[in-house]
Amino acid sequence: MIQLTHQTIDSAAFVRQAQSPDAGAVVLFLGSTRRMTNGRETRTLFYDSYEEMAEKELTNLEAEARRRWALTECFIIHRLGEVPLGEASVAIVVASPHRRDAFDAGQWLIDTLKQSVPIWKQEHWADGTTDWVHPMPLSNHTTKSDN
Amino acid sequence: MNIVVKLFAGARDIVGKNEVALEFESPITIGELRTRLIDQHPALQPLLPYAMFAIETTYCDDATPIPKNATVACIPPVSGG
Repeated sequence: MIQLTHQTIDSAAFVRQAQSPDAGAVVLFLGSTRRMTNGRETRTLFYDSYEEMAEKELTNLEAEARRRWALTECFIIHRLGEVPLGEASVAIVVASPHRRDAFDAGQWLIDTLKQSVPIWKQEHWADGTTDWVHPMPLSNHTTKSDN
Repeated sequence: MNIVVKLFAGARDIVGKNEVALEFESPITIGELRTRLIDQHPALQPLLPYAMFAIETTYCDDATPIPKNATVACIPPVSGG
């Protein structure tokens, strides 16, 4: 199941749902808003997306993960709008009979999500400036905004 | 033909609009649209070479012809997660 939400992600509820007699392993990955990036302090993050396409891409990711690994459950939840410091912007929960598949699927899902799903984060720095984050080849380029 | 291009994140802030409508006399490809967008909005130059494009909600390469009255999305490098 995939979901885009503007609410706090209740990761414990998804972990509970993923637990079953067939799942010998349940892996949870949380991506959370970090205070410091390359020596700069973040005040908060905002996430924007092309929602119809992001939902489609996330659905494709789930299908591909289920095709590659023996998963008994697969949840991909991404939060949009403001995600304050320490809170989760993304939760991935994968369950499988044996741990290797769950670890591998979880790693692949977050790595691929970061490359292909049309979602963008905007840094709101402690100094009052903002930057959209657009990773480019050779550098982690950002685009200045006026507000 | 008329093509509506949806803009997101840094590209939207640079242009100052959620979408732009472009008029063409004959069909064009995604690659030609990329060039035209840079011509019309030179401030997009640093970002557009690295942007991906989608027709409706499907990623397309530069060689893809754009269907009549399609909605195209300009997708600058993504940073979810």
